[in-house]
Amino acid sequence: MTLEAAARKSGAAGSAIFADSDSRKYRYFEPKGKRATHYEDVTVDVQPDPERYLLQNWIISFADGKGAYSKENTAALSSNWHAFRAPDQEWERTHYQRQSKIEAMVQSVIANGRKAGAPAAFDKAWVKILQNHLGAWKHAEFGLGTALMQAQRYGYTQMINNATLTNSSYKLRLAQDITLYLAEIGMDIAGFDDAAGKRHWLEDGTWQGTREAVEAIMGSTDYLEQYFATNIVFEPLVGELFRSGFLMQVASSNGDFITPPVISAAEADYERNLANAIDLFHVLATDAVHAEHNRTLFRSWVERHVALARKAAADLQPIWSQPHSKPAQFADAKAASTERVTKILGELGLDLPQE
Amino acid sequence: MSGTLTLNKITAQKGISVGEAAKKIADLGWNPSYVQEAMTFPTDYKITKAPKDPMKQVLRSYFPMQEEKDNRVYGALDAALRGDMFRNVEPRWVEWMKLFLAIIPFPEISAARSMAMVGRLAPGEELRTGFTMQMVDEFRHSTIQMNLKKWYMENYIDPAGFDITEEAFGKCYATTIGRQFGEGFITGDAITSANIYLTVVAETAFTNTLFVAMPSEAARNGDYALPTVFLSVQSDESRHVGNGHSMLMSILKEPENHLLLERDLRYAFWQNHAIVDAAIGTFIEYGTTNRDKDKESYAEMWHRWIFEDYYRTYMLPLEKYGIKIHHDDVQTAWKRITEKHYVHKIAQFFSVGWPVNFWRIEAQTEKDFEWFEHKYPGWYAQFGEYWKWYGKLSRPGQKIVTFNEDVGYVYPHRCWSSLVPCVVREDLVTGEIDGQLHTFAHEIDRWTAVEAFANEYEGRPTPAMGRFSGRREWESVYHNWDLADAIKDLGFVRTDGKTLVPQPHLRFDNKDMWTLDDVRGHTLKSPLITLREMSPEAREAHLAEYRAGFTINPCN
Repeated sequence: MTLEAAARKSGAAGSAIFADSDSRKYRYFEPKGKRATHYEDVTVDVQPDPERYLLQNWIISFADGKGAYSKENTAALSSNWHAFRAPDQEWERTHYQRQSKIEAMVQSVIANGRKAGAPAAFDKAWVKILQNHLGAWKHAEFGLGTALMQAQRYGYTQMINNATLTNSSYKLRLAQDITLYLAEIGMDIAGFDDAAGKRHWLEDGTWQGTREAVEAIMGSTDYLEQYFATNIVFEPLVGELFRSGFLMQVASSNGDFITPPVISAAEADYERNLANAIDLFHVLATDAVHAEHNRTLFRSWVERHVALARKAAADLQPIWSQPHSKPAQFADAKAASTERVTKILGELGLDLPQE
Repeated sequence: MSGTLTLNKITAQKGISVGEAAKKIADLGWNPSYVQEAMTFPTDYKITKAPKDPMKQVLRSYFPMQEEKDNRVYGALDAALRGDMFRNVEPRWVEWMKLFLAIIPFPEISAARSMAMVGRLAPGEELRTGFTMQMVDEFRHSTIQMNLKKWYMENYIDPAGFDITEEAFGKCYATTIGRQFGEGFITGDAITSANIYLTVVAETAFTNTLFVAMPSEAARNGDYALPTVFLSVQSDESRHVGNGHSMLMSILKEPENHLLLERDLRYAFWQNHAIVDAAIGTFIEYGTTNRDKDKESYAEMWHRWIFEDYYRTYMLPLEKYGIKIHHDDVQTAWKRITEKHYVHKIAQFFSVGWPVNFWRIEAQTEKDFEWFEHKYPGWYAQFGEYWKWYGKLSRPGQKIVTFNEDVGYVYPHRCWSSLVPCVVREDLVTGEIDGQLHTFAHEIDRWTAVEAFANEYEGRPTPAMGRFSGRREWESVYHNWDLADAIKDLGFVRTDGKTLVPQPHLRFDNKDMWTLDDVRGHTLKSPLITLREMSPEAREAHLAEYRAGFTINPCN
C-alpha cells in the first residue's frame, strides 16, 4: 500500500484535503460573540422554526390548527425570538456539575452538623421557625419549580425553553433539599413535627399571601409571564426577602449554622436565573419593533405580581419577631428587597409601582 | 481491633430511608385554592387514580449519579481521541451519523417538553418527581448528542453535513421522518403523544434498537464514541419506562379510556415500527462494513427486543385489563421486516435520493451481498443488481441514479401518515381526508391518518386529538424544480458554491466529487401531485402498476 493510499483510508480530520474538509464549525446560525460558544453549539436551532429551516412547516397540529410551538403562547412580541442567549450558558454537563456540587455541599454540611450534635443545640424558638416556616417555604419553591416545568414547553426557541428548564430544575432541587434537610434534623430534635410546614403553608395566615402569589404564577397561561413573575418580581420581593433577609441572617445567632449554607445555594441559583431572565426581557423590552408593546405588557405583569408579592411579604413580617435573637429587622430586609427590585426593573426600563 | 469495624460504621448516623424520602417529596404538592393551575394541554382520557412513582429516586441522588455518568462519557471521548479512533473508524458508518444525529436531538428535547404535558394530568404528586427527572434527563440527551455531533464534525475526515446539521434537519427529505417522530411526542392529545406514543411505545420498545443495538454496530465499525454516549443515554430510559407504565396503570383503571388506549397503542406501535425500523434498520444493516455472519441481523434483533421482550412481556399482559391488542399488526410488522424486505427497500430509497441528502452513501459490494443473502435469503435477486448500478453511477458525469431510466427504479409515493415512502409497493392504499386524495404505505397507515387522527373515533368525540398538517409530502415542496436548484435551495452545497454536500461514494478527493453542474437538468416531481392530476382511469392504472412493483435491469 502506498503512503497516499494508507492516508486515504484514515477517517481522521486532515487526512485528505477537499471541498469543506476544513469546515469544522456549525454554520447555520450567527453566534452572539465572535465565535460560537459550546452552549450555542449544543442549543441553537435544535427546536426548529418554520421561519428559519422548517421547510414543511409543523407537520402535526393540535385540534385548533396550531403547530407544536406558536408565538401566540405569550402576549409578548419579538422581531427575532432567536436573539436570546442565556448568559449562564448552561447545557447538560455544566448543569449536572453544578447541581451535583450543590448536593454534595448540602449533604456534607448537614451530615457534619448532625455529627457535631448541632440540631439539638438549636434555639428552641428557632426550631419552631424551621419546622413551621422553612417547612412552609419549601412548598413555595416547589410551586415555582412546577410552574417553570410547565413554562418550558411553550417558548418559541430552544434557548428560552432550556433556560426555563434549568430554572425549574434548580427550584425543584431546592424544594427537595429543604424537605430532606428538615426530615434529617428532625430525627435529632425531640418533638420535631415534619408535617407542620405543609399545614402552615395551607392554613397559616402568615403564608396565604405567599401561596396566593405562587398560585398566581402557577395558574398563568402565559409562559413568559410565569418566567417574568418568578424572577423579576417574586424572587426579589419574597424569595430573597425570606431566604437572605431572614434565614441567612438570623440562623447563626440562634445556634444554627446549617440552614444558611443549605439556603445559600438558592441565592447563587437565583443570580444565574436572574441574569438569564433580565437578558431575555431586555431583548424584548428593547426590541426594534415591539419595545413599546412589550414594556406595556411588562408593566401590567409588574402591577399584578408586585401587588401579590407585597401582600405576601407583609404577611410574612411577623416571622421576623419570632426568634429569640433578632439580629435582622423586617424593615431593613424589606428596604433591601425594594432597592433590589427597583434595580432589576430599572434594567428593563420599568418602574416599581408606588406602595 | 475488630476486623469488621470500618470508618463508615464509626461515623454512620441515622438517616431517612429512600422510601421515606420519596414519600416526603411527593408531599410537596398541594391543590391550589386561590388560582387554579392552568390545564393547557388537552386530553380525551380521564385519570382519577394517582399514579405511583416506581423508581423512588430523589434529586439528591439523581444529580451526582448523572454527573458520574457524564464524567465517564467525556473521559471516554477524550480517550478515543488519544487512541486515534478516527484513524480506524469506518467512514461508511460515520456518514450515516450525519443523518442520525441530525434527527435525534429534537425528539429528545421534545420528550423534555412533553413532561410538562403529562405532569399535571394525573392527581397526586408522586409521579411528578419522576417526570421532573425525565425532563432533565431529556435535556441531557439532547445536548449530549449535539455535543457528540460537534465532536464528529471536529475530528472526522469530512465534516460537511455535520456543519449544517440543524438546518438540514429542517429541510431534508429523509429527516422529515424524524420530525414526524419528534412532533408526535408534543402535539395533540397529551396522553396519546406524551405517554403512549413517547413513553409506552417509543421508549419502552424501540429505544432498545435505537440505543442498544445501534451502539453495538458502531463499535464494530471502530466508533467507540457512539456506544459511550448512547448506552449512557439508555441507562436513563429504565426510569422513563417506569414513568410510562405507572401512568398507563392509572389510565387503565377507567374503562372509558380503553377504546382510546387501544387506538393509541395501535397507532404508536405501527408508526414507531414504520419510522424507527426504517431509520435504525438502515443504519445498522447498510452503515456497517462488518459482515460477520455470526452477529445478529436487524431482523433477529427486532425479534429479540420488540417481539419477545416488548410484545410478549409488555403488550400481551395488557389484555388481562381488557385492552384489545392488535396481534396482527405485530405479525405484519415482523413480516414486513423479514419477508417484504422493508429495511432494504428503505435503504434503497435513501440511496436513490442521495443528491437531496446531506451525507455520503457508498455502494454495497460483493462482500456485503454475501452477508445479506445469508441473513435475508432472496436479497440478492431483489437488490444485487441495484447496488451494482449504484456503484457504477457513483462517478460524476454519469447520469444520476435518481433519474436514470436504465436502472429501472421507480421513485416511491410518500405515506401521508408516517412520511416514510410506500416501499412495500403491493401494500399501497389511498384514502381521502377533507376530500383530498392521499397515499399510504399500508392500511394501518390509512387508518391512522383518516380514522385515528380525527375529531371522532368510533362514534366517540375526541376533541383533543391532533391532526396531520403542514406540507407533509416533501416532494411537493420541490414539484417541477430543477434538481440543482432544489439542492441549492436546500443549502446542501459546500462553501465553494458548487460541490455537493452529499456524495454517492467515499472518495475524499475533489476530482471525484459531484457538483451542481453534474445534477442539473432533471426535474423533480411530486408523486402525490402527479397522482391527483391524473384522470380516474389513469390513476387506477398507475396504482395497479405501482403495486405490481418494478424490476431493476441487469447492470453490466
